[in-house]
Amino acid sequence: MTGVAIVGAAECDLGVTGKSILGLQTQAVSRALADAGLSLADVDGIASTSVSRFSVTQLAEHFGIQPRWSDSTFAGGSVYEMFVARAAQAIEAGQATVVVITFASNQRSAASRKLGGVYEPWTPEAQFEEPYDPLFPLSYYAMAAQSYLHRHGATREQLAEVAIAARQWALLNPQAFRYGKGPLSVEDVVGATPISSPLTAADCCLVTDGGGAVVLTSLERARDLRRPPVRVLGYGERTTNNSFTGAEELTVTGAVGSAADAFARAGVGVEDVDVTQVYDSFTITPVLSVEALGFCGPGEALAMISDGRTRPGGSLPLNTSGGGLSYCHPGQYGVLLLVEAVRQLRGECGARQVPDAEIALAHGTGGILSTHATVVLGRDR
Amino acid sequence: MSDPNSTFVPGPAAPADDLSETWWAAASGHRLTVETCSCGHRQHPPRGVCTACSSTASLAPGEVSGRATVDSYTVVHRAPRPDVDVPYVLARVRLAEGPVLLTRLVGGLDWTIGDAVSVAWADLGDGRALPYFIRSTEI
Repeated sequence: MTGVAIVGAAECDLGVTGKSILGLQTQAVSRALADAGLSLADVDGIASTSVSRFSVTQLAEHFGIQPRWSDSTFAGGSVYEMFVARAAQAIEAGQATVVVITFASNQRSAASRKLGGVYEPWTPEAQFEEPYDPLFPLSYYAMAAQSYLHRHGATREQLAEVAIAARQWALLNPQAFRYGKGPLSVEDVVGATPISSPLTAADCCLVTDGGGAVVLTSLERARDLRRPPVRVLGYGERTTNNSFTGAEELTVTGAVGSAADAFARAGVGVEDVDVTQVYDSFTITPVLSVEALGFCGPGEALAMISDGRTRPGGSLPLNTSGGGLSYCHPGQYGVLLLVEAVRQLRGECGARQVPDAEIALAHGTGGILSTHATVVLGRDR
Repeated sequence: MSDPNSTFVPGPAAPADDLSETWWAAASGHRLTVETCSCGHRQHPPRGVCTACSSTASLAPGEVSGRATVDSYTVVHRAPRPDVDVPYVLARVRLAEGPVLLTRLVGGLDWTIGDAVSVAWADLGDGRALPYFIRSTEI
């Protein structure tokens, strides 16, 4: 348990916005602070990655803040869960009192996403991997999926359930990119354009603009603010590999360790979790995460979810926003896992609300199954 | 029908550096090596420090057999750059000696995890060469 709470949460505009990154950041931060009933003058800590090489420096000046604490750790999309841990530590240590964690991207409007990724020429990967033309990060997840299906005797058709369930949730979320676009079938997913086998276009997350922000402060102060505090109960992280070859085994991820640490710190177990948000860059990603988090054993996830339990109304509500697959994926999706977890715990989710959710889990995955960060959140009781 | 995956034309490779020059020197002569420590550990890419025993003084390029098995693979249908032909087969192979390499599999699109493969070489045009793998002919 920690003595820190999330007191504000908001999305910026999502989808195709035509806006600048700083314009979207301004929305995210302003909306999250308004949600918390705080102002820029209250903020003395900033964590972000998304603007430039000097992201926090850029944002501090943009918002007229001289932070006492900042963090721009770069670990891909999971870093927003890592930031919660670092912000909680900073607040508990007295280094900061109000921290804003914010991300925004205009990658769809700016057409800035590259299928082959970006290799820095001084890295070993630029010598030993880039010449083989991997799709980055897609081909890594494709090989993980291939390995998973082979090792566990599961089928390509079973994997489609991840995308189908995500779409079911998105149909309940007016903010979702695929809202109103109808349900998906197994045939829709398996028969979509092949990209990097066994994955098709329907196994891959969206490429959209978007982002969001969360505001953290001490639990004591949180209890005087306008929204019900969402407590940071626990957190954990692992960093496992940078390259396509650094991990010995593709199907067992660092989430095993990050989740164990997070649950131990929170003093709760996986059986206590009411609603789960996990990074779904590709359909295989939540499969590996759900197993690593302990919802089932290795190789059991696809059989487990085949009964629809991760869909709306099911016993394991997963990615209730519609996820990166059907709601929004702005490149680093981790902050939106937190926004949805907070909203579920506050009971603000309307048609997709999970009844009486008291404990939420947000789990981020960054890079090519490189970084893994778990946050356990709970209602203040 | 002609094989849509009959050659490997490597993309641009970044220059060798102090850590990798001995690996590239061997590769230029079509010899596959992995950094090998006197403690017995083998690793790739070369690091200049043994991740098993921390030694910086006991490492040397160790030639390997070129035999490997397919750890995983993916048939890529979308080109990451304009001048690469699709489909092609990207793979992780596990060398008989242990380390895993990212590579290409050449020779059709029908592969299975665990397939036995052996090394072949593609010249880069700058004097260097990169390994790729083909179906092993050994029974």
